Amino acid sequence: METNIEIVKPPITNVGVIGWIRENLFSSPLNTVLTIIIASILWFSVIPFLQWALIDSYWLPDSNCKETNGACWSIITSNYKVILFGFYPQNILWRPITAIIMLVSLLIISRNRNWWNAYLGYSWLAGLIIMGVLLKGGILGLEAVDIEKWGGIILTLLLSVFGLTAAYPLGILLALGRQSEMPVIKTFCVFYIELIRGVPLISLLFMSSVVFPLFLPEGMSINAILRAQVAIIMFTAAYIAEVVRGGLQGMNKGQFEAADSLGLNYTQTMRLIILPQALKIVIPPSVSILISAFKDTSLVVIIGLYDLLKTTQSTLSDPKWMGFSAEAYIFIALIYFICCFFMSNYSRKLEKELDTGL
Amino acid sequence: MSEDKTKKVDISSKKTVIEIINMHKWYGDFHVLNNINLDVKKSERIVVCGPSGSGKSTLIRCVNRLEEHQKGKIIVDGIELTKDLKNIEKVRSEVGMVFQHFNLFPHLTIVENLTIGPIWVRKTPKKEAEEIAMHYLEKVQIAEQAAKFPGQLSGGQQQRVAIARSLCMKPNIMLFDEATSALDPEMVKEVLDVMIDLATGGMTMIVVTHEMGFAKSVAHRVLFMDEGAIVEENEPNEFFDNPQNDRTKLFLSQILH
Ligand SMILES: Nc1ncnc2c1ncn2[C@@H]1O[C@H](COP(=O)(O)OP(=O)(O)OP(=O)(O)O)[C@@H](O)[C@H]1O
Ligand SMILES: [Mg+2]
Repeated sequence: METNIEIVKPPITNVGVIGWIRENLFSSPLNTVLTIIIASILWFSVIPFLQWALIDSYWLPDSNCKETNGACWSIITSNYKVILFGFYPQNILWRPITAIIMLVSLLIISRNRNWWNAYLGYSWLAGLIIMGVLLKGGILGLEAVDIEKWGGIILTLLLSVFGLTAAYPLGILLALGRQSEMPVIKTFCVFYIELIRGVPLISLLFMSSVVFPLFLPEGMSINAILRAQVAIIMFTAAYIAEVVRGGLQGMNKGQFEAADSLGLNYTQTMRLIILPQALKIVIPPSVSILISAFKDTSLVVIIGLYDLLKTTQSTLSDPKWMGFSAEAYIFIALIYFICCFFMSNYSRKLEKELDTGL
Repeated sequence: MSEDKTKKVDISSKKTVIEIINMHKWYGDFHVLNNINLDVKKSERIVVCGPSGSGKSTLIRCVNRLEEHQKGKIIVDGIELTKDLKNIEKVRSEVGMVFQHFNLFPHLTIVENLTIGPIWVRKTPKKEAEEIAMHYLEKVQIAEQAAKFPGQLSGGQQQRVAIARSLCMKPNIMLFDEATSALDPEMVKEVLDVMIDLATGGMTMIVVTHEMGFAKSVAHRVLFMDEGAIVEENEPNEFFDNPQNDRTKLFLSQILH
């Protein structure tokens, strides 16, 4: 049997680096021109940037960077505690650091859908309680830290992790409500979604800090962070709802009919048949919304909360560091970028995993 | 199949499982179903045919209340289908339905497609539901595909999975809405064979189809519908050899050339 089979290899063309370059970069006159243009743009922008950011730069805390042409990363190395943690007491920074490490570990573990089980749920619950205790203190001999003092990346992560995880299911409920056959629920959801989408987040944040307290009973006050949190959740949920609604509308009627004819009820049909498919379709736009919501948490500066952006600004207002805003903003841009990259990367992974060939 | 296997046992003494009395349905002003009367006995096989738009699909969809009727009565398994019927899911789970376009759940594997009904509607333990699923997959001869997704199967295989999915609910009645008309010709037979097998097993069936060979060998009765009404009904040999109504004659001459 095995004697007569001739193994035919694919034809060898353009092997090696030169071959690849010719094939991909200089295959046609247009391609050649584009390659040259882009290469020169990179040459004239990246090289000077690297020169500035790395070669000519200062890194040591408290160095005097006034003379140099390079970047002065000393603003970061001297002030990173304030930038990252705001007014959190500097002698007990191990507590927020531990909490953040726990959060990031849980997020990384949760990336793998094979590990989604009850234990992971319990770990999240336990993890959140421990993180809360670590940050807040006041028990177990931990020094109490006022919530007002939570700032920097603690606040950014708090607002976004809770904001996004609460907004997503709420958005799904709103989308389902908008599709509902019950007029009261439908009207409410349409009204809510259109109202929220019709105002900028900034005005919602203002309302949460100025208008909302007016409606509270005398003597009662709700923490500013919580109010901003609620505003972010309400805002993001309305956008998620519209995206999810698009996914629901894209569903084939036959799927509902098949589920109905098996005897599945409304909740089961939605949970087991419709939402898994509809949500999968809308992963890319949902992630866009979550990413922009994450970045929009920085708007809380306008109601005086010390998130990452505000702590950076307050560092810059120190006369000693005035004029080094480029370095400071590049630093926090990098932090935002890493988080957003994590999200979009995960969404691509999820899409691939959920692809069942139909 | 052999002639004696599908030999039609006398069903006149059996009990009635579907009863439709003076039933009407409208879409807006459009009178889709006009005064339908139909009795279906246990183990009876009925084939419904008629021109496109005559209301065949609508009629069988009323039987498991995918569509509501507005006048008259539909009684399935002793339960009258009405607006205030609390658990329509119960009726639906007793009535299996197979669609022209299969309507499998593309995000679930074949075996998950089959177990989802038993697990969630019948509250069957997962293990047992999987055994039932494998049993029916073997019956429709695609047990080896159990772990695949619907998108990886051919049309004929998908339709057999869809039939198996309905059977896993152990229905008393099966409805088929043009189950073979979306299939390539070479796959029609494999699906018809499964349906014939079911009929042999004594399943009560209402089948909308244009497969006249199937109607002749399997049906106890053939109904001809036109413009929302049952125009003619007869035992298959009489129906095909000696149609009474002009519209039936025209229809038969068109589909039989
Ligand atoms: N949801 C609906 N709204 C309005 N009219 C409808 C609706 N569904 C069906 N119809 C109309 O009702 C009539 C009967 O439709 P039905 O699907 O029952 O026909 P059919 O006999 O199954 O035809 P076919 O052989 O093409 O499947 C058609 O004229 C169709 O246009
Ligand atoms: Mg039809």
